[in-house]
Amino acid sequence: MPEHPNPDAEQAPATTAIAVTSWNPGDDVIAVQRSPDPGAARGAWRAFRETARGLRTTLARIGEGPSTIQYPEEKVPVYPRFRGRHKLHRFEDTGLEKCVGCSLCAAACPADCIRVVAAENTPENRVSAGERYAAVYEINLSRCIFCGYCEIACPFDAITMGHDYELSDYDRSDLIFTKEMLLAEPLERTPLRNEGE
Amino acid sequence: MSAAGSLAVVGYYEPWWIQILKAIVIFAIALQLVPVVLITERKLLGRFQGRYGPNRVGPYGLLQPLADILKLLTKEQFRPSTSAGLLFVLAPTISILTAVAAFALIPFGDPQFIFGTKVGLYGVDVSIGPLYLFAFSAIAFYGIMLGGWSSGSKYSFLGAMRAAAQLISYEVSQALALVGVIFAAQTLSLTGIVHAQAGMWYVVPQFLGFLIFLVAGFAETNRAPFDLTEADAELVGGYNTEFGGGRFASYYFAEYLNVLVVAGITTTVFLGGWLLPFGLHPPGWVDPIVVLFKMAFVTFLFMWIRATLPRLRYDQLMSFGWKVLLPLATLNTLVTAILVVALN
Repeated sequence: MPEHPNPDAEQAPATTAIAVTSWNPGDDVIAVQRSPDPGAARGAWRAFRETARGLRTTLARIGEGPSTIQYPEEKVPVYPRFRGRHKLHRFEDTGLEKCVGCSLCAAACPADCIRVVAAENTPENRVSAGERYAAVYEINLSRCIFCGYCEIACPFDAITMGHDYELSDYDRSDLIFTKEMLLAEPLERTPLRNEGE
Repeated sequence: MSAAGSLAVVGYYEPWWIQILKAIVIFAIALQLVPVVLITERKLLGRFQGRYGPNRVGPYGLLQPLADILKLLTKEQFRPSTSAGLLFVLAPTISILTAVAAFALIPFGDPQFIFGTKVGLYGVDVSIGPLYLFAFSAIAFYGIMLGGWSSGSKYSFLGAMRAAAQLISYEVSQALALVGVIFAAQTLSLTGIVHAQAGMWYVVPQFLGFLIFLVAGFAETNRAPFDLTEADAELVGGYNTEFGGGRFASYYFAEYLNVLVVAGITTTVFLGGWLLPFGLHPPGWVDPIVVLFKMAFVTFLFMWIRATLPRLRYDQLMSFGWKVLLPLATLNTLVTAILVVALN
């Protein structure tokens, strides 16, 4: 900026390899509009008024009452599409498991937390409606990220995401849910929101 | 004024055993009041913020302070290796001592005949009431200063330095705010000041003094919005960072007792003590209840302000104290002095 030569830059020794560009901070500084500075009396009045406004605001909160939800006793109902703990399903009429042990859920699982070992159905031991059934079906819930891809991948709607989210436990091994646990009718510990609520 | 003048010089004799009994009773009352203030503050702060506050221990969470105190007292009495021995142990007790000593000043009513003995419902009725108060609040500053310094921690030290600057700055305004009342009442005895308010509480003619005293009181007790001493976000906990267990409980106790002392002095000096408006003259035993109710009101103001105002910046604190509060207090004193001279 040649029109604003910096006096310091001109006095800089000529041996400096890089030419010191004369930067004038005055060019880059923009005056910001500030609210008018109130005088002493008006300023005091404004401070007093604003304090009173604040006091009124906080006092109004007492009238409103608390908006806290007392969690273990009260719960926020979940939406029907909420993705909680998984459930495995049976056919209601025959009682046969829907899962045929195809392992598509395990393939879809990004967290790699599903383990399926399939076995053949025999006439004496018919577990599922298809040719094969899941002899072992385990979900490691300490790894699960509750993305719901298993539910999407399943061709028979055998696995769905339930509504239970209270899954803490004292032992990691207790968080590996077996087929029996997933098939069992879960304790409904979570209130469900009604349709359209 | 004539009534006040005559009562101020009344010196009645109290047997020594009454003095000792009163000391025990007043300490016991102070000890009972602090947990009540603690739970009230936490509950009220909760409500102010749309929460419940503590509600798990006991009915409505009313036993929370008891649980807190038990927890603190059963904790290990530790000391940082950099701390300065005796002072570290002594500092919290200085805080408590001065707070209780100042509490003795608050008059709860006229002298009563209890079992045929005339007993004043206060610890002491010194003829230099406000001076006594400021003397002890000046010593209280040692409790904080020594505590912060002897911890050997930079946070504690910074907190203590802030407390020192703050207490010195605001004590001037607080004292000057009282001078106006003393001019009007023409007595330094707190019971005398209460009796001088028989016609009208000083909160009306001395409204500016009342506001200044209250604001300076917030600063003196290191309460929001002047709690820079503790400023959790920057100083971790200020002067009491290194204290734990019983010693921390001592500081906590002293802080809330100081709130009660300021509330009590405000009640006595500006809100007419145990006097009731509309010419009501209840029997003597009602007086302490009236004083407690008024103290509760002022304490509520403390909590309300705490829930509302954000903490001041340090330079704001200083410029407010010296450039706003002190000139206002001086002006208040001057105007009162001129009026007192002109009207008499």
